[in-house]
Amino acid sequence: MLAIDVHQLRKQFKVQKNREGLKGAMLDLFKREHTEVMAVKDISFQIPQGEICGYIGENGAGKSTTIKMLTGILVPTSGRILVNGFVPHQEREQFVGSIGVVFGQRSQLWWDIGVIESFRLLRKVYKVDEADFKARLVELVETLQLGDLLNRPVRKLSLGQRMRCELVAALLHNPSILFLDEPTIGLDIVVKTEIREFLKRLNREYGTTILLTTHDLQDIEALCSRVIMLDDGRIIYDGGLEELKERWGKGREVQFQFTDPISLLDVSGLTSGFEGVRWTKENEVTAKVWIPRELNVSDVLSRVVGSAAEISDIKIFETNTDEIVREIYKTGSPEAKEQAKEAVRG
Amino acid sequence: MASAYLDFIRIRFLTMLAYRVNYYSGIVIYAINIGAYYFMWKAIYGSAETLGGFTVAQMTTYIAVSWMARAFYFNNLDREISNEIRDGSVAVQMTRPISYLMVKMMQGLGEGVFRLLLLMVPGMIVVTFMFPVSLPTDPVRWVIFFVMIWFSFLINTQLNLMTGLFAFFVENNEGLMRMKRVLIDLLSGVILPMAFFPGWAQAALNWLPFPAITYLPSSVFTGRLAGGDVWNALAVQAIWFAVLIVPILLMWRAARRRLFVQGG
Repeated sequence: MLAIDVHQLRKQFKVQKNREGLKGAMLDLFKREHTEVMAVKDISFQIPQGEICGYIGENGAGKSTTIKMLTGILVPTSGRILVNGFVPHQEREQFVGSIGVVFGQRSQLWWDIGVIESFRLLRKVYKVDEADFKARLVELVETLQLGDLLNRPVRKLSLGQRMRCELVAALLHNPSILFLDEPTIGLDIVVKTEIREFLKRLNREYGTTILLTTHDLQDIEALCSRVIMLDDGRIIYDGGLEELKERWGKGREVQFQFTDPISLLDVSGLTSGFEGVRWTKENEVTAKVWIPRELNVSDVLSRVVGSAAEISDIKIFETNTDEIVREIYKTGSPEAKEQAKEAVRG
Repeated sequence: MASAYLDFIRIRFLTMLAYRVNYYSGIVIYAINIGAYYFMWKAIYGSAETLGGFTVAQMTTYIAVSWMARAFYFNNLDREISNEIRDGSVAVQMTRPISYLMVKMMQGLGEGVFRLLLLMVPGMIVVTFMFPVSLPTDPVRWVIFFVMIWFSFLINTQLNLMTGLFAFFVENNEGLMRMKRVLIDLLSGVILPMAFFPGWAQAALNWLPFPAITYLPSSVFTGRLAGGDVWNALAVQAIWFAVLIVPILLMWRAARRRLFVQGG
């Protein structure tokens, strides 16, 4: 069964235009001008139950807007959404009982009261049975190590502590879908790792479907089997992470450390004849070579190693997702995006 | 579900209690306000026996009672709602299986109960020792008064919800909120009883919800309205409560369509 089914979803906003100068301001007093901004442009995708899907894109690409429509906060301009069998904005109050939502930048806990008080209140809001609540709380508190935080007011928690509490708050009613909007933003690496481990376990043990937006691609690498990439309101990639790397990872980089000082000219000479190979010098004895995907890495390696230059160390770098995504964002050129769309269709 | 709403009242009550300094200064402020109005009216009366049908003692009682009612119905829900809309945290609240507006109302009620029990009751005791306030002894009048300030709370909160929800439609509703606050204090009869307004203004005010907030309950409690007029007053409040539900629902529905959560 599909957890999320989105068809030709569109969201348009009316944004007020402020005219310039005194005259403009006076005119604005009487007649406002508006511009239409289309934040999400007819996107479609399906997410089956039990999948962890990463939803990525630059700031302003339309990620949060989509999440807000999926969670019933925003009403779409057109298109169809079905989440857990509900149309989110129409049956909001019944629907939200079956989902959990964490917005990394907004707290759902009450600022002035103890964490446990917030949890108790949420128990009543979601009508969770007392016994279920206790069992679930014990389990969550143990896996996220919250024991001694429960009686503190939220305003006295650190960001990492708060985020772990947010997760508990979103999961107390055992939702089948969890929406996470930048859940690891601003957290240190230890807490990030903890949260990733926790989410993996949640998915494994309860089959919880997870849709997360993030700017931290390590979240994606650690968690997601699937990535949906958004740019300017359109989906430019939807598929596996490995495939993404394959398609856009243009090559590999190898770093050599020589025993004697080298010059860029010398090392470039070593690989003459290989098309597209590019050398850069790191310091006196270290140089990096970039090898396009079409070439066989071992061919290039053997040529360098077989030369007269003596080598003390070799490192091979696989292009990581960060770079790929940066490349896609950056190129932003019409043909790259066209190409990307082509790839999605093909 | 209902117990969740009750919890919102309880938690707001506890939150208010957590800020002690606010609490103690609150009692002092209420006593000062009533005192200030008492001395002002005494100066205005001068040697006159009655003004607008009020004797000095009646006026003092009217003021004290109005403030007592205000303690219960007053809240800052408009500001809270508009802040939540502008900083986008309204989005979080909408991911819960509970009505946002009802939650707000319950929080307002928690605040009202807190002010009434912990600010106004001690405040009134202080005031009755200092000024010639005579509260009614008839228990029925007390019961009716509490029913009426319950409606005052509902109507005032409805106006606050509407003012707050305006933040969905305009970039800044600060001016509107200030205007509403002044209007309610002035036109509901806290600052000046209706009887002091010119005839045409009184006629106009009868078509507005403001007198139902303070003037009617205070008049019934101080005995200016009696017999059949009491039931009339109660009916006016009930009608305003019912009528004001309509624009709130319309605004809420329109807001859901245009809701533009700040910060993308």
